[in-house]
Amino acid sequence: MEAKGIEAKGMEANAAEVSAADADQPSVQRDSWRRLAAMTPARIALGRAGAGLPTSEVLRFSLAHAQARDAVHAPFDASEVEAGLAGLGFPTLAVTSAASGRDIYLRRPDLGRRLSDESRAALADWRALAGRGAPENAPDLAPDLAIVVADGLSSTAIHVQVVPFLQAFRARIAEHGWRVAPVVVASQARVALGDEVGALLGARAVVVLVGERPGLSSPDSLGLYLTFDPKVGRTDAERNCISNVRGEGLSHAHAAFKLSWLLKEALARRLTGVNLKDESDDLLVAGRVPPVRIG
Amino acid sequence: MAYRHMIGTRSHVFADLRELMAKATPPRSGDMLAGIAATSAEENVAARMCLAEVPLSTFLSEALVPYEGDEVTRLIIDTHDAAAFRPLSHMTVGDFRDFLLSERASSAVLAALAPGITPEMAAAVCKLMRNQDLIMVARKCRVVTRFRNTIGLPGTMAVRLQPNHPTDDAAGITAAILDGLLYGCGDAVIGINPASDSLPVLSDLLKLIDGIIQRFDIPTQGCVLTHVTTSIEVINRGVPVDLVFQSVAGTEAANASFGIDLAVLKEGREAALSLKRGTLGDNVMYFETGQGSALSAGAHHGVDQQTLEARAYAVCRPFQPLLVNTVVGFIGPEYLYDGKQIIRAGLEDHFCGKLMGVPLGCDVCYTNHAEADQDDMDTLMTLLGAAGVTYIMGIPGSDDVMLNYQSTSFHDQLYLREVLGLKRAPEFARWLAEMGITDLDGKLRPQGANHPLLAAAPGMAA
Repeated sequence: MEAKGIEAKGMEANAAEVSAADADQPSVQRDSWRRLAAMTPARIALGRAGAGLPTSEVLRFSLAHAQARDAVHAPFDASEVEAGLAGLGFPTLAVTSAASGRDIYLRRPDLGRRLSDESRAALADWRALAGRGAPENAPDLAPDLAIVVADGLSSTAIHVQVVPFLQAFRARIAEHGWRVAPVVVASQARVALGDEVGALLGARAVVVLVGERPGLSSPDSLGLYLTFDPKVGRTDAERNCISNVRGEGLSHAHAAFKLSWLLKEALARRLTGVNLKDESDDLLVAGRVPPVRIG
Repeated sequence: MAYRHMIGTRSHVFADLRELMAKATPPRSGDMLAGIAATSAEENVAARMCLAEVPLSTFLSEALVPYEGDEVTRLIIDTHDAAAFRPLSHMTVGDFRDFLLSERASSAVLAALAPGITPEMAAAVCKLMRNQDLIMVARKCRVVTRFRNTIGLPGTMAVRLQPNHPTDDAAGITAAILDGLLYGCGDAVIGINPASDSLPVLSDLLKLIDGIIQRFDIPTQGCVLTHVTTSIEVINRGVPVDLVFQSVAGTEAANASFGIDLAVLKEGREAALSLKRGTLGDNVMYFETGQGSALSAGAHHGVDQQTLEARAYAVCRPFQPLLVNTVVGFIGPEYLYDGKQIIRAGLEDHFCGKLMGVPLGCDVCYTNHAEADQDDMDTLMTLLGAAGVTYIMGIPGSDDVMLNYQSTSFHDQLYLREVLGLKRAPEFARWLAEMGITDLDGKLRPQGANHPLLAAAPGMAA
């Protein structure tokens, strides 16, 4: 006990020295360029405690990580998405991938790239029926575009971004007069699922609207993947990608313009991928997308 | 040829070298996904015991990916340096491990052996090594490269300043670059992953980085990480390009899925060299790799992902890159499931790259759908710092707001420098001291709002 008492006394003396030094020197060194933080969502000018982050930043980061983890596992509400698309006038078809649950989806990307047997049969049935449709709808003409909405790694992104994006893109479809197949809403799905869907629907091109892997600052970011002449076995080098579609990222109107530029070029040049460079920004007027021309 | 190993009365049989290598690999989700992993813990160790007996020379005669159908295999075999290999030619894989750990394997000896070591040999010995072995041997390997500074000197670690922005906004990217420089980062490269692949946007980003480097006379290099064919295109348009970037993988088919082959990499390198922008050296290529990319592209030929990753370094090697990094935890849990697997893979990749003479850095990272967190990254970066990693990433607050993953931060490199005494590239360290950003020991100094760098901040008069 006595020894402990002596030790405690010694520590008190040290503590007194530290607190005297602290009076004019805080533990956290703040950064003098904090005003720059308004220019980017990146975590800049955080200040430091020695080489480490200040406590408040460590905790802020932990919370963001916890929320992103939760976003990966939030359930996908396909019927809500279908209702939203119906409100825009898009007919829909719901499908599921061969991955039967979230855990399998995360471990088996191959299953998320292929349709379940039931969904494959359902799409084949649709096409057979469409082929027997009314003659005035010119059923022998293949759709220019199939649209696939895929939950991917963030169902939150689909719930938030898909309706406003397709609202903007609907105007571009009308502008170019493209024939579009019913929108396929796919659960537990990855980008390459669009290849099988596009092929089954006989579409000239497919665009997959997919929930991107959630980031700490962006759990709701949408990615768009365009593939000409979709068929099972297409590689990523054969696609064009538009990423970060969300309110704070690439706007819905800008993304719709880019996609329409790429689709127009893809249909004319009969390709997508590394040989189709996105030059749509050359057409921006003072940084703004050109308005939709109708008629 | 089949391989056999007896454990007691049980005989473990491996159909060929490819199967033996896969089953000898420490467990990971990607090999399970491919259906090639060992099916029991005992089989895993039996495969390692069997592999330890295999002569290194076997890897020169028994190709894991067929020679006729794969230009990466042809590159490995056709450019193998038999003279450099001679001192190893009598060794088995097990002997090779013992030799690498011995005092005989000095830095100079390892550098001389590197051209004789094929990726399959590096991968094989790697499978017999514990994490501490991977650290110990990598630490002895020296790979020094130069463009506008000197990267890879003993006792140094460089940092790639990664100022990404979700919409490639010039002001936002500039703000992140200034923040990183004021934290002493950027000697490996100032490298942006663009959100866009539009040529006008990419050209503007390249000019932005070049403008900052020129204005402050920073001894470093810039890069916009876009497809090699796009870099060639912007070079043809007269845009300033320091380093040409490309993601590469370990098989011809996986590279085809990236839209590249060896010929286009050569073309990219020649385009960058033609600009003559390096002041100290002409290492003009920047490559990224990562376990699982070949399987992801359906181009793995039944070979385990760690071996294929080492083959990706064989793709990099002839192009004399300034920087190569494995993006170890980026690909997701289907290839590396959790923190333990990511840590092991990061050490393996660094070891194999260095043993082969490639300047390996590591993007110590994870995604939000993997079972990993900041504690795992602290562990891996500390181990890699001890192993002499060439460079790591510097990302504001660890949060990449464009690519949506977590990597190492500006703060993390400060931590590693303090704990392990690691210095920056010497030319860059001198510049930081001259700018008053650090003292002569490399420690950060407090900065006022009137620091000259901040005059480049958006909204300030030039």
